[in-house]
Amino acid sequence: MGSREQILARVKKNKPEGMPLPSVKFFEEYASENLVQAFSEVLEGVGGKVVSVSGYAEAKQQILGCYPDKKNVGSSIPELEMGGLTLDAIDDPHALHQLDLMLVKGEVGVAENGAIWVSENSLSHRVSPFITEHLAIVLEKEKLVWNMHQAYSREEVCLEGYGVFIAGPSKTADIEQSLVIGAHGPRSLLVVLI
Amino acid sequence: MNHPEAAKKFVKDEQRTTWHDQSLWFVRTKRDKSSKSLPEWEELRNMASAIKANVLSHLDEYLEEFERNAQANGVTVHWAKDAEEHNRIVHSILAKHRVKRLVKSKSMLTEECHLNPHLEQQGIEVIDTDLGERIVQLANEPPSHIVMPAIHKKKEEIGELFAKTIGTEPGAKDPQYLTEAARQHLREKFLAADAAITGVNFAIAETGGVVVCTNEGNADMGVHLAPVHIACMGMEKIIPKAEHLGVFLRLLARSATGQPITTYSSHFHKPRAGTEMHIVIVDNGRSEHLGQEDFRRALHCIRCGACMNTCPIYRRSGGHSYGYTVPGPIGSIIAPARNLKANHTLPFASTLCGSCSNVCPVKIDIHDQLYKWRQVIAKKKEVPLSKQLAMKVAGRVFANPGLYRMLGKVGRKVLRLPLKPLIYNPLNTWGKARDLPEAPKQSFREWYLENYPKNGK
Repeated sequence: MGSREQILARVKKNKPEGMPLPSVKFFEEYASENLVQAFSEVLEGVGGKVVSVSGYAEAKQQILGCYPDKKNVGSSIPELEMGGLTLDAIDDPHALHQLDLMLVKGEVGVAENGAIWVSENSLSHRVSPFITEHLAIVLEKEKLVWNMHQAYSREEVCLEGYGVFIAGPSKTADIEQSLVIGAHGPRSLLVVLI
Repeated sequence: MNHPEAAKKFVKDEQRTTWHDQSLWFVRTKRDKSSKSLPEWEELRNMASAIKANVLSHLDEYLEEFERNAQANGVTVHWAKDAEEHNRIVHSILAKHRVKRLVKSKSMLTEECHLNPHLEQQGIEVIDTDLGERIVQLANEPPSHIVMPAIHKKKEEIGELFAKTIGTEPGAKDPQYLTEAARQHLREKFLAADAAITGVNFAIAETGGVVVCTNEGNADMGVHLAPVHIACMGMEKIIPKAEHLGVFLRLLARSATGQPITTYSSHFHKPRAGTEMHIVIVDNGRSEHLGQEDFRRALHCIRCGACMNTCPIYRRSGGHSYGYTVPGPIGSIIAPARNLKANHTLPFASTLCGSCSNVCPVKIDIHDQLYKWRQVIAKKKEVPLSKQLAMKVAGRVFANPGLYRMLGKVGRKVLRLPLKPLIYNPLNTWGKARDLPEAPKQSFREWYLENYPKNGK
């Protein structure tokens, strides 16, 4: 008998009597009335910056305003062509090491914790939101939900391939609990709400 | 490992003990604030606990479902019955790809299996990439906490360590500067790695994918650059459905550090084009643990570390004093389930105050289990003879009211005698950190009979 069979047989023998699976409540009754405000407050609390714009043209202006001097800019948002790196032409993700600023599309935003769902459906390289020095995520306001239960019920949060909830810039507090922004990933996060 | 012996060394440095205590209490207060911001907190804990109970009662079915779905996603699934087999499997995958340089994100399981030395012996460079883990790796120490591996180290010590190992300015101690230096040092390692290993926070049976939570982004940096990803998981990490992630991700970071969620919650389902993804499912004593009725609920644990941050013993004795991969209250109930002989002092490293059970997001009855372990250990006569005898005498006294009253009277008289030399001598360990109480005039019983004569019999 191989290890797999041995393990499964032992589990079968030792497991307790069947316990029911509870149904998951959504707790929508506790939702904030103003999702944009709640989302922005939480995200700024974890080190992100949030701006509100009316459309993609203004989004571009805001991003350029926040990051005026970035040379190597990548964008995986068709509406936001920044004239920087052509990501599709890059085969080896290691080449993205030079990225100063990356623009990606957020698919769902969660107001209770500031997390934004980004999936490989809107990324040409999985590593791009991590390897870049700075990250900007563009998110439509109507994609905001209150909590994680609602987020997982959205079809955008589809668990295939690869996807990630991102809440703020990369950080660590591993040295004496001192918060340092910019551990391995982006040193800043700008969220543009449209 | 002997907890009281190891703890004694730690508490010798009084200032450090106080500093350690306060650092962890600070994290505990952040957890309190964060959990109280959710009115549904207690309901979430109940739900999480019930989901985990369901998982344990159908674990074999969920594991098979997970395997099936992971394979359908193009992931290779391996099964390891113990640490040795786990290490062998990981090495064989690395050997097949001729891996020379490996980056790892945090995985308590690989600590449990002692994977690093196994791979290093075979000539593979293993780099832990979580900052805290890198610090303890460079210092040649195990992590002292499961969420904050280097919580026992002061910034001056980390500065000194970095100056010696990664070339920072001697004397530097600014966390910002030291973190930046580690970022540069580890960026090179990420770019040069031939393979990446991650742990697993949750494995979803329904979808065959795994979720990994980090703040630094180190799991993603490793996995998305390297041609091979190996995810190592203890088999109790299974959850039935994707919707259950909502419950656990709301609880995990709030319990761990007080954050509303970790910066990154990464969902890996398929390898990226042209690369391989492997998942190693590890038993290593878990299936036996599952058979122990009184103790199986310890397998609910989601490794948030809240029980450590709140524990008065952990805070004052440090993670290394436990001598087990998972320290603190939860470690003290897991360790004896895996190896009672080696870990028989751990269930006594507790005041049984119950704070650990109260903060546990999946409602493990930690302090009840600690108490039950003590009974198991006492029956096996694993406690020191002096304690055994003392307990026997105490048992006699408490079982005999007349004897108890008589000894109480004697005790109150004796306490007024000049006893200091008797108590504070090297032979009496009890006296080392304790002072004698002032003797009351009468016992509670005497006082009660005097004041409520009608109620007394």
